[in-house]
Amino acid sequence: MTKATAAIVGPGNIGTDLMYKLLRSAHIEPRWMVGVDPASEGLTLAREQGLEASHEGVDWLLKQDELPDLIFEATSAYVHREYAPRYREAGIRAVDLTPAAVGPGVIPPVNGSAHLAADNVNMVTCGGQATIPMVAAVSRAATVSYAEIVASVSSRSAGPGTRANIDEFTRTTAAGVEAIGGAERGKAIIILNPAEPPMIMRDTIFCAVPPDADRDAIVASVLEMERAVQAYVPGYRLLQEPQVDDPSPATLGQTKVSIFVEVEGAGDYLPPYAGNLDIMTAAAAQVGELLVQTPGGTA
Amino acid sequence: MSDRDTLTRTWSDDLDLRLTDTCLRDGSHHKRHQFTAQEVHDIVAALDASGVPVIEVTHGDGLGGSSFNYGFSKTPEQELIKLAAETAQRARIAFLMLPGVGTKDDIRAAQGNGGEICRIATHCTEADTSVQHFTLARELGLETVGFLMMSHTQPPEVLAKQARIMVDAGCQCVYVVDSAGALVMEQTGDRVAALVAEIGAEATVGFHGHENLGLGVANTVIAARAGATQIDGSVRRFGAGAGNTPLEAFVGVCDKLGWKTGIDFLTIVDASEDVIRPAMPEECQLDRMTLMMGYAGVYSSFLKHAGNAAERYGVSGAQILLEAGRRKLIGGQEDQLIDIALLLKAKQDANAP
Repeated sequence: MTKATAAIVGPGNIGTDLMYKLLRSAHIEPRWMVGVDPASEGLTLAREQGLEASHEGVDWLLKQDELPDLIFEATSAYVHREYAPRYREAGIRAVDLTPAAVGPGVIPPVNGSAHLAADNVNMVTCGGQATIPMVAAVSRAATVSYAEIVASVSSRSAGPGTRANIDEFTRTTAAGVEAIGGAERGKAIIILNPAEPPMIMRDTIFCAVPPDADRDAIVASVLEMERAVQAYVPGYRLLQEPQVDDPSPATLGQTKVSIFVEVEGAGDYLPPYAGNLDIMTAAAAQVGELLVQTPGGTA
Repeated sequence: MSDRDTLTRTWSDDLDLRLTDTCLRDGSHHKRHQFTAQEVHDIVAALDASGVPVIEVTHGDGLGGSSFNYGFSKTPEQELIKLAAETAQRARIAFLMLPGVGTKDDIRAAQGNGGEICRIATHCTEADTSVQHFTLARELGLETVGFLMMSHTQPPEVLAKQARIMVDAGCQCVYVVDSAGALVMEQTGDRVAALVAEIGAEATVGFHGHENLGLGVANTVIAARAGATQIDGSVRRFGAGAGNTPLEAFVGVCDKLGWKTGIDFLTIVDASEDVIRPAMPEECQLDRMTLMMGYAGVYSSFLKHAGNAAERYGVSGAQILLEAGRRKLIGGQEDQLIDIALLLKAKQDANAP
């Protein structure tokens, strides 16, 4: 069958890593890479892989005789908010890896098929991609009155955009923990750790469930979710069995479920410790494949 | 008074050093975040009466710290900030926030409740995560302080560059923060001096000490001599780990060295015995666990969490802390202590006869 065509906008770390993943896709052919800096290493690497690459931005892309079916946006929230309407006018569907949240948030194993007709979907945050599946795993087995996620990433893997907008990370992730994870109330914490050698991304998910919740069902659901994420992020793993603590004043009278995960990246372009970035690009590639296999888009 | 004791930099004409008491923030760790409104009222009133110019009130891990990871607050911190601001006659109320834990909305709320000094803390290599918060705090007209946490992990020149990032973002005073109580005397002085050299023309420098190697007061004296003009301490050491620099002891030392703090020694000593001690679950101890933190360079707030995990899984708390040091965990990674405890337990079970 013919592959759908895609352009990657933003030839930075994320865009370049995503390119290598899409080059392996059975359903998507990455054909264009677009940036604004002629000296960008990502543009050079794209040309080496046979993509058409330009530093003349989205304007150049939209002037081409043939337009992509799909655009992957790996720039910044600001840029995506500006260009999203033009993609829509051109009939191009967008997978947004920035925190712009123009379209609905998608976490592949949780609501990957919920927005297949949308013309724009958002990948939430790296911490959200790593933790919201586990919140959802608990909430499909018990009512989660509160979920809290702690994402620790290596300082080297946190770019200037994340650093300048760390509030956007915590807000967007917490909102996803609620809206997609199914927690009644969500909270997100992020830590940037400068240790050398760099630490592999680690995430802890705490959920408050009723004292009479079915603990075995929760643990089984978590293990099943681990396998579902591993289908597209092989380096995603539980560090420990989920821990269940009895209700106490320290747990607000609820049973506390603690889940510890590590996310080791595939090392396509970014080093393996940057599992936070790998899970974003892997999830985006996954969502892109689902989108192009579904006809439509509301454009 | 010898020449050595003539401070090269002073806070103002009236105060050589401006002291901040942190027991209602750093002590929140020791208290497991269980302060009552009555305790906060009584402590603020007593500190204010003794002349303490700045009192910090927040969850131990800063605004928004109430959580599974750090411990839930008994009383919402914004209520405590409001109460403190209403109680203090002279003192200004400060609050702490950590980018990645709290948000700009929390800063706005704290100001709305009467907080006047916004203290923003990052790990000492991650100052650029605080830029948006300093920008907002200055727009709101708040006084600003930056905290470079775990300062023992980086050399003076690295800290100075990080302090520069904070000052360029609007920070008016950058603190060398010895979160692990691991700095030894001249190591403190060199770091403070490097910050003074880098930002001294535009901003002031501060020092926040811990007692995990018993050096809180000594480090603070050296910091003042090196040019720090804002000083943190907690009456009766009431802080994380083995506690902070005991503020009342430092006030006494300042009296003997001729450094003006505006605080009455006898009044603050009475406050320590009569008001602060009764609010403490126990004295802050220099014991096996807290010594390990200073020795291995571990974030002081890990103490109670390591103790909890040790008890829950039947393993050594001291071993948990040593492993936390080996893994180079930083402030905020309390969740990883549970992972360490589980690994220790697995090893222990495997070795069992």
